[in-house]
Amino acid sequence: MRTLNGFENDSGVIHLRYMQALLVIVGLTFLLVARVVYLQIAEHDRFESLSQENHIDEVSLKPVRGLIYDRHNEVLARNVRVFNLEVLPDRIRDMSALLNELSHAVELTPDEIGQFKTTLKSRPSFERQILKTNLDEEEAAIFSVNQHRFPGVELNVHLQRNYPHGNLTAHVVGHVGRISPQDRETVSQRGDYSGISHIGKIGIESHYESMLKGQPGRSQVEMNAHGRIIRHLSQTLPDTGRALHLSLDIKLQEESMKALEGYEGAVVAIEPKTGEVLAMASVPTFDPNLFVNGISRAKFSELNTSSRRPLFNRSIYGQYAPGSTIKGFMSLVGIENGYSHDRRVFCPGWFSLPNNSRRYRCWKKTGHGYVDGNSAIEQSCDVYYYNLAVRIGIDRIHEGMSRFGFGQKTGIDLPNERSGLMPSRDWKQRARQQSWFPGDTVNVGIGQGYMLMTPLQLASVTATLANRGKSVTPRLLRMTENSVSQQLEPHIVPDKEKIELKDGRSYDAVIEGMRRVVYGNRGTARRLQEEILYDMAGKTGTAQVVGIGQDETYDEESTPKEHRDHSLFVGFAPLQDPRIAIAVIVEHGGSGSQVAAPIARRLIDYYLIERLKMYARPETPSSGKEA
Amino acid sequence: MAADQKSMFSSLDFPLLSGIFMICGIGMIALYSASGEDVDMLIKHSARLGFAFLAMYVVSRIPTSTLSTLSLHLYCAGLVLLVLVLSVGIIGKGAQRWIDLGFVRFQPSEIMKITVPMMTAWILTKHPLPPRKFTLSLAVLAVAVPCVLIILQPDLGTSLLIAASGSVVIFLAGISWKLILSLGVAGVVAAPLVWNLVLHDYQKERIITLFDPWSDSLGAGYHTVQSIIAIGSGGVRGKGWLSGTQSQLEFIPERSTDFIFSVYGEEFGLAGVILLLVLYLFLVARGMWIALNIDDSYSKLLAGGLSITFFIYVFVNIGMVSGILPVVGVPLPFVSYGGTSIVTLMIGFGILMGISRRIKPY
Repeated sequence: MRTLNGFENDSGVIHLRYMQALLVIVGLTFLLVARVVYLQIAEHDRFESLSQENHIDEVSLKPVRGLIYDRHNEVLARNVRVFNLEVLPDRIRDMSALLNELSHAVELTPDEIGQFKTTLKSRPSFERQILKTNLDEEEAAIFSVNQHRFPGVELNVHLQRNYPHGNLTAHVVGHVGRISPQDRETVSQRGDYSGISHIGKIGIESHYESMLKGQPGRSQVEMNAHGRIIRHLSQTLPDTGRALHLSLDIKLQEESMKALEGYEGAVVAIEPKTGEVLAMASVPTFDPNLFVNGISRAKFSELNTSSRRPLFNRSIYGQYAPGSTIKGFMSLVGIENGYSHDRRVFCPGWFSLPNNSRRYRCWKKTGHGYVDGNSAIEQSCDVYYYNLAVRIGIDRIHEGMSRFGFGQKTGIDLPNERSGLMPSRDWKQRARQQSWFPGDTVNVGIGQGYMLMTPLQLASVTATLANRGKSVTPRLLRMTENSVSQQLEPHIVPDKEKIELKDGRSYDAVIEGMRRVVYGNRGTARRLQEEILYDMAGKTGTAQVVGIGQDETYDEESTPKEHRDHSLFVGFAPLQDPRIAIAVIVEHGGSGSQVAAPIARRLIDYYLIERLKMYARPETPSSGKEA
Repeated sequence: MAADQKSMFSSLDFPLLSGIFMICGIGMIALYSASGEDVDMLIKHSARLGFAFLAMYVVSRIPTSTLSTLSLHLYCAGLVLLVLVLSVGIIGKGAQRWIDLGFVRFQPSEIMKITVPMMTAWILTKHPLPPRKFTLSLAVLAVAVPCVLIILQPDLGTSLLIAASGSVVIFLAGISWKLILSLGVAGVVAAPLVWNLVLHDYQKERIITLFDPWSDSLGAGYHTVQSIIAIGSGGVRGKGWLSGTQSQLEFIPERSTDFIFSVYGEEFGLAGVILLLVLYLFLVARGMWIALNIDDSYSKLLAGGLSITFFIYVFVNIGMVSGILPVVGVPLPFVSYGGTSIVTLMIGFGILMGISRRIKPY
């Protein structure tokens, strides 16, 4: 032990150091106080607003998409509640283990897992991703019970677009799909999409996207550091999109689809007076509900590569040679240009141009003998129209047919309709770098050669004829409806002018020819007159798909299906006050009179009798089941 | 009876005890808010506090002479544990700081927070002060060895705090300013070496973000930035208890442990901060007063060392959450939630109280 003296000495040393240490402590304390004063007084406003920004956030409230109805208020597109399994990727440590574990509680197909993993790679990890859509009630219940075992996995209820008539409306009503990266580029110009995940991809859903989508609402929320909403501070509610009332009659649409079953083809039916499209069927079709949340690769490739092309909307994208269906219009153009409807032409079964040995055949090899305008339409004499076309010439044909809308878009309210083709000298020079040959004119006379039309165009020009020259713009939208007030507003389409002809009686003359197609003794569609309850006019068409050589004969039985003729029919009824104009195309169906014409009759029957109840079927004696 | 009572608690220094009580009270209030009103957590915290008070009481009754004689033994025991923990860590191929005795887990490095100042004071007071070269070297060695062992764990923060606690004792023993200055120069020279050879990447990152936390406010600087926003937005009067948005909405990381000061600062503002600082300073001042008034060198050095080290804890924690020091895992004394450190602190104050008891009344 050291002495007390030693301690006194030590004490002096230590005390001096204490004073110095005390100075340092006071200095450091001052530094701390200065720092806190700086933060809490000098910079308080800045940090105050930073802390506000931190936890106050605006979230978008998704609007409800407008519904779509048919003309009798049948729902074509609606929003249904679905359970989706969603994953918050950044909350999950071991994704594979989770998926494995989860698959015991909920059925997960390899497809769903594969698609989910692909999305995970391309999206940031804080973004929630859908693992499985459309869980049924039972699956949802099972998951809910086990939810505590799967942190980072949530079961959420969404409103999802649904098409109750599925494949009946796939092409017309179309469908929505998730907003894709390509959509994102244009979306900003199309209005406010905050919170909206889906967008109309095809059909009405795409064309009237801006009406249907609605206006997102805004909610000011308090969020915690993990982005979870703690409470709502203020809100503007979203506006539901407008409901659309279409002119479509879903029953007629269904009947059209049924009538085309087994074929590839299209039916378009229009109310002539208004241009309202009653049915627009393209067969085969597909289930639009598959596309709403992203279709699986395999399923899409199956649809996309099918030789029957179910994804292809034939009614507005399919372009076909109209064949004889346009002969009535050819007659109108002829009359207009001085080629009298009463002129008689001799049909020996073939036609040839002066100084040319090539024979253009009439469909009837033995010939029709002498035919005038009416019988030429009735019997669909090709030679008459070869003659007419050559007499008038392509320039006047092009001009005359163009007045009726041939080669032009109809202006229907669907995206990207095709314009068909009404050939001309100019066109051939431009498109083919070839001059126009007289033989080209001959072919145009019977709706072959370069001439192309969509089924919609065919129906539309038929409506013009039914209206005796008053053309209409075909359209699907009749009315829109404010989804909240339910106030209806008619959708107005500007009227088109009547196509005036030099002789006003020309229309009736041609219609008479087309009436005889059905009622004449030699009418190509005379089979249709059996038990018919109303007057109708029509025209068959059989359009060549491949050229037939000079000395070959066409034999349907021995021709491979893809080379068989397309079967067409156009018509309208009743004759005096037309309620429906229709165009039917059956690809490779063979003769127009045998396939397309009966389909048209069936559909007109159905519409006028079953739907409009304008006529009543005679009582059929009951089959007497009790016997 | 009354006399017994008096003698039973006579080892407790009333000013220190009341200061600690007040700070612990503030701590409970802050913790209730920081934990998201978690009563379970509060109960656990109280249990630990109770245990820590018990430890303090027991230690306060140990005569300083006994402590002085035990200095070497305790220090050596601590070293053995450090080596043990390190070798277990090496075998287990991972960072290892804990010793698990089944019923209790503790960090040997915590023991060193007490034993290093004890050991240093013991070595230095063997000879008259200021120390000669040999004694000084011995003391420096006594500080350096555990520090190196703890760095190896790796736990740079604790190592620095222990180095500080030992250095404070050496400083108080009166080494010449010349030496201090030359050490400082050596430090500046050695800094680049330490940077490149000793520091781990995450430690470097913490130091870089210290200088500009906003440069990476969502990454490495997130903790600091959110903490600064919390304190700054508290203003003079604070947002009110349980009403701090930064705290309640979990923007402050580690809000019940290392960053509890940010919660307190946000909810109680400058007024609350000053109150807390005053209480801390009061404890430090009382400790210094004890050191000044005790009449043996060992107690003087130890009491001073412990008081100043306590201040360093406070300074480092508040400095780090307010963005003037790098983020090293140092809890706020008596306020932060957490086990071992609070016991160590109380033991330190127990020693102080034991020393205070021997001060002869004037």
